[in-house]
Amino acid sequence: MNDLLLNLILTLDASFRVCTPLIFASMAGLFAERSGVVDIGLEGKLLMSAFIAASAASVFGSPWIGLLFAIFASCIFAMIHGLASITFKGNQIVSGVAINILASGLTMILTLAWFKSGGITPTLQGDERFLSITLPGVDIIDHIPILGVIYRELISGHNILVYLAFATVPLVWWVVYRTRFGLRLRAVGENPKAVDTAGLSVEGLRYKALLIGGILCGIGGAYIAIAHNAQFTKEMTAGQGFIALAALIFGKWHPYKVLAACFLFGFLDALAVRLQGVVLPVIGEIPVQLIEATPYILTVILLAGFIGKAIPPKASAQPYIKEL
Amino acid sequence: MKNAKHSHFSGLIKKSGLAIIATAFVLTASIAQAEFKPAVVYDIAGKNDKSFNESVFNGATRFMNDTGIAVTELEPTNAAQVEQTLKKLAQRGYEPIVAVGFGMSNAVAAASEAYPDTKFTLIDGWVMAPNVQVVLYKEHEGSFLVGVLAAMNSKTGTVGFVGGMDIPLISRFECGYKQGVAYQDSSMKVLANMTGSTPAAFGNPSKGGELTRSQIEAGADVVYAAAGGTGIGVYQTAADMGVLAIGVDDNQNYMQPGTMLTSMFKLVGDAAYDSYEAAMNGTWDPAMRVLGLAENGVGWALDEYNRDMISAEMEARVNEVRASIISGDIVVHDYTTDNSCPI
Repeated sequence: MNDLLLNLILTLDASFRVCTPLIFASMAGLFAERSGVVDIGLEGKLLMSAFIAASAASVFGSPWIGLLFAIFASCIFAMIHGLASITFKGNQIVSGVAINILASGLTMILTLAWFKSGGITPTLQGDERFLSITLPGVDIIDHIPILGVIYRELISGHNILVYLAFATVPLVWWVVYRTRFGLRLRAVGENPKAVDTAGLSVEGLRYKALLIGGILCGIGGAYIAIAHNAQFTKEMTAGQGFIALAALIFGKWHPYKVLAACFLFGFLDALAVRLQGVVLPVIGEIPVQLIEATPYILTVILLAGFIGKAIPPKASAQPYIKEL
Repeated sequence: MKNAKHSHFSGLIKKSGLAIIATAFVLTASIAQAEFKPAVVYDIAGKNDKSFNESVFNGATRFMNDTGIAVTELEPTNAAQVEQTLKKLAQRGYEPIVAVGFGMSNAVAAASEAYPDTKFTLIDGWVMAPNVQVVLYKEHEGSFLVGVLAAMNSKTGTVGFVGGMDIPLISRFECGYKQGVAYQDSSMKVLANMTGSTPAAFGNPSKGGELTRSQIEAGADVVYAAAGGTGIGVYQTAADMGVLAIGVDDNQNYMQPGTMLTSMFKLVGDAAYDSYEAAMNGTWDPAMRVLGLAENGVGWALDEYNRDMISAEMEARVNEVRASIISGDIVVHDYTTDNSCPI
């Protein structure tokens, strides 16, 4: 029984680590899409900021500098996306795809130019990256059964960005639903003409949304390279930007529901790791392929009818053209 | 005939004075290129994976440095490009073309059929053609040795294995390792995981790290990775959590000094080098090469990074087992012969 509990706790613990970049990326996507800009370039921004974070952390020897540079790089990419899709009213999907391709190519070329290695940065040593933090009081609570294990394994021992990710979600909810900016943001994604008529800048609001998204993606990318891992490797984001988009749709563009979707995906991933090679009664050993496909199968099933219809913001993917 | 002319020419350079070496070098390079144009095509993980591909890259670089002949390198970014890349190289007169990795088998088969006069060398793959030299390794033998070492170093009685893509080739590593562990101590438990079922499983350090963590949490204190670039995450996590890791393909002992117990090296770089050299000397022959401990194609790495971690007793034991495998006293079962592992 205790063994089962510990296993469950360890799986949940892994879910926290795995879903952190998904949370940052999907919150970034939430801002963009709520403002009416589809952001398929989340993946590219994650990749680019992962690379810049690892490079800067390695050159300057500090994860905080790595994080700052990552946010900066991600914001530049967000602004390129904004320039193409807001100012020049280009197709948002095409612009997003271009961001992904650009990031994929640039990271390879820059690793070659800066570190003389295609797609890999130097390994970060010791405190050049974000290390896990042991929360105060672990020794005291440890004596309490169950609660002690939960506190020690599940809550304590993550790095600071994991805690930041979970703190970001209520903040995003507060900004989107409780501030004037949030109200305008939601309005511009539903009915930009009304916002324009009220004398507000549609373009300005959308740029702000993308900039916030850029910051969040930057933190997410930095987490992948300098917190969860200790260096950048080629294509290391492995499609997490797209999974974040799926989580966004899954959670119907609502911060808490999106968080739940991210956590579910993270949990399935962590569970898959632990289910491998385990012999179950009747079924026997589960093949790796089935385990790998489980999150996707589940997504299809759940999206097919269990969560109802996912309706995106009305003005999503439409550039706003002012009528004169 | 062409090759004879080439070696005569390089002989001349050796004799000539320093002043003209530079010019002669450029000359040889250009002349040699017209005659002898070796090439290499890396697999999807890319040449800087610090593992399998990088080992081939080092072999090709060594050949370039030794002979001054440029080796053309190409890195296809997706599986669909591989066949085109091989055919394009053959069409432009490059040979021998070294193709790296099991994933290129089908592409090499197609390209070698379309260009029957071009020499191909395929490392780790399987193609039956008169112009393809297949180089295979007895990874199970090398893995057996590191398995023995893992068992000797484990205090918990549990060791781990993280594989890359779920294919028989990787199961061969796993099975050899398990046999080695059991040979040393039959009460040991081996936890084994595969990273995925696509070639991307060779380049996913995050997943590798999570797999390693789950094995460590389940009691493993020595983890062997046979996962290409994914191994980077395995070694990092092992170092973070203070357990031992075993590298693969290249000598990876330097990657996390202090927690890298050893590496199961596989001298794929030498295979590329040998292929180029043989083709240059006109002795290239398409016979299949299977390299094991006896041929020194695989082995365990002992260098300045892990010297302090390997006691005299361990070293003696591993070398004793190595000698027994070479002499045939220990027969290591090869997973790929019947797709099953006795353990």
